[in-house]
Amino acid sequence: MVRLTRSISRAIFLAMMLAWLPLSWTGQDGTIPYDGSSLFFTRAQAAPAWLPWLGEQATHLEFNEFYSGASALGLELSAKLESLKGKKVQISGFMAPPLKPTLSFFVLTKVPMSICPFCSTDADWPNDIVLIKLSKPVTALPFDRPITVTGDLEVGYQMDEETGFISLVRIVADSVEEAN
Amino acid sequence: MYNPKISVLYLSRFSRLLVALVVVASLMSSMTISYAAYSGPEVSNISMMPIDRAKFLVGQKFDFEIEVKNDTPASAIEVMVNGLAAEVFFGKQAVIKFDKMSTYRINEVAFPQAGKVAVAVTVKSEKGIEKRTINYEVSGEKIKKPAKNVILIIGDGMSLQARQMARILSKGITEGKYNDLLEMDKMSNLALITTSGNDSLVTDSANSASAYATGQKGAVNAMGVYADSTKDPFDDPKVENIIELAKRTRGMATGIVSTANITDATPAAMLAHTRKRSEQNFIAQEMLNPLHRPDVILGGGSRHFLPKSVPGSKRTDDRNLVEEFKKLGYPIATTKTELKQSGTPDKLLGLFQLDNMDVYIDREVTKNPAVLGKFTDQPTLMDMTKTAIDVLSKNKNGFFLMVEGACIDKQLHTMDWQRATYDTIEMDKAVGIAKEFAKKNDDTLVIVVADHAHGASITGTYHELDGKTGREGVRTYADAGWPTFVDADGDGFPDDPNPSVTLAVQFANHPDYYENYKFQEVPTSPAIMADGKAIANPKRAPQGGDLKVGNTPTSDPSEVHSADDVPLTAEGPGADYFKGVMDNTEVFHGIVRALGLDGRKNEK
Ligand SMILES: [Zn+2]
Repeated sequence: MVRLTRSISRAIFLAMMLAWLPLSWTGQDGTIPYDGSSLFFTRAQAAPAWLPWLGEQATHLEFNEFYSGASALGLELSAKLESLKGKKVQISGFMAPPLKPTLSFFVLTKVPMSICPFCSTDADWPNDIVLIKLSKPVTALPFDRPITVTGDLEVGYQMDEETGFISLVRIVADSVEEAN
Repeated sequence: MYNPKISVLYLSRFSRLLVALVVVASLMSSMTISYAAYSGPEVSNISMMPIDRAKFLVGQKFDFEIEVKNDTPASAIEVMVNGLAAEVFFGKQAVIKFDKMSTYRINEVAFPQAGKVAVAVTVKSEKGIEKRTINYEVSGEKIKKPAKNVILIIGDGMSLQARQMARILSKGITEGKYNDLLEMDKMSNLALITTSGNDSLVTDSANSASAYATGQKGAVNAMGVYADSTKDPFDDPKVENIIELAKRTRGMATGIVSTANITDATPAAMLAHTRKRSEQNFIAQEMLNPLHRPDVILGGGSRHFLPKSVPGSKRTDDRNLVEEFKKLGYPIATTKTELKQSGTPDKLLGLFQLDNMDVYIDREVTKNPAVLGKFTDQPTLMDMTKTAIDVLSKNKNGFFLMVEGACIDKQLHTMDWQRATYDTIEMDKAVGIAKEFAKKNDDTLVIVVADHAHGASITGTYHELDGKTGREGVRTYADAGWPTFVDADGDGFPDDPNPSVTLAVQFANHPDYYENYKFQEVPTSPAIMADGKAIANPKRAPQGGDLKVGNTPTSDPSEVHSADDVPLTAEGPGADYFKGVMDNTEVFHGIVRALGLDGRKNEK
């Protein structure tokens, strides 16, 4: 039964990815406006200018600060990551192309994505990734330039209902900006 | 006057004419033969699993399935096996379903006798009658004094060219003669293996390893099954594999060793049955199934064995397979130190990385902390092979061991031939360990083979000693001279993977990428995904490099497999089987022939 549900959800996930494939092709032809729909500097996603004064100060986080220990028996979350749970953090990395244009999350990686998100499962992703949750669905972004994300840190196992994507570290984003 | 020169001339003209005639005649006859024997692929609404021309070991179990795709549903499917109704022949009831796709299936059957088998199918529908006849071959061949053990060593993606790179880097070459050959070169038998799967010219590691493990052709991503057209990756008709046969018929010990995730395609295909190789959590738990539970499991990929609550796990449930193995009496090793301390228990589970193990250069040469992280104590493939043999050879009924040099393939996908070559040398040293064991008792067949090739060839050397860079720095023919790799410590690995004169390795099939012909300090992907397209990764050649425009679809950011035949070398009892050009499914038949396996026997 477990296997059945899982295979069904896998099949749905696969079907969704397949359904997205032709879209990505039309995207290449320019039917999805690349710049026009960018999340950069749009009001809904950009941090309010007064946040640094009124809100809490965001703590800077690096990808290599996630885990303090690792063995074949698992990863050990670092004290810094543990202490920042639920707090405001800021991290820079690369946006992996979204799995689907309608998803309100994307994956932030340490280096530009070198696996094809359309043919890989979560099993293929490295451990040091952050899932970025957004208030509105993902649209096209430049994938080869670093971006900085600010938001609330979530830590712990979570599976996305819609896609079955598994994550350990997440940021609920206030702002997504091009890093300088 | 007699002139010998002229008479010789006449004679030679006559003989030349004769030879020419013979050549033309033989060409014509061979042309007619090949013309008569070759036709385009047959298209039928009736698909048969196992496929036409499949070859089985006598008694080898398989699921028999027929799919009929018709606009009008079938009303009857009749199947005759050697003139007998299939249900009578197999002594089993068929499950038959009529629809737009009608199916006929009998699970777990076998052929009790060696010989030829003809299967005739008649499908009736409103539209009329459709027939199809296919043929199988059943082999009961065995050698006089069967081998006690078989060690199958698979260099994933290790093409002839990859072996040659390893020979140059490991042994060196002087005035055109290699200073020595690799261990895998120095074996008694050599064959050329064709690699295609039943659905595609170009194979992947799942179906090619499945061909070695079952003797059956497979589809891309499938292992131990014929791929039917249902979506479910677990319902496809199964074929019994080598680990199951070795355990069931002879009570042998079995083991799998790999530098990749141990649930990755090649090791998984030795035991598992699924249409989808990416179902690695399923494959991990299948390793507990007594039908095909290996006694020794060594490699990477613990992430599929840990419950989802453990950070780093990729499981979607709470099963802790490491604990489950422990309960079955498997000691657990997670580092090289623990592996060394494990001694020779009856069974052993060793998992040394959450993901694929790191490659030899990073593990043993540069030991770059940025690459290894906390995984600074991983065993080598030699360590794992030695331990596996020590443990398995305790079984009096013999053993079957599969050892995979997995990252040869993974590094060629990222066009990192230096890392791939060090891993090929590492695997060759594991071959040496297997050969040393085999030499002691002369009862072990050692087979070394690749599962498929990569389009990477040496076209000369590369250096910048005269200031030339990029493509102008590539030296061809006489300009190429010799690379300057040095192995001063004599460990078989060049001391520096980046000498002043290196190999010029060119790839036949690749995405857009930057090439600087130099060793990458840190493994770096050739291309990244951007806006649904693979583009050249700017980090690939930080010191600058030529942009090489890709020649494969932009949907794939890595180099892809090639359809080339691959070499197989073998030594030991039964090695005589391997010669000439052979289909990849014959590797299985060479193994069961050497072991004298009989699928009709039941050890337990
Ligand atoms: Zn591959």
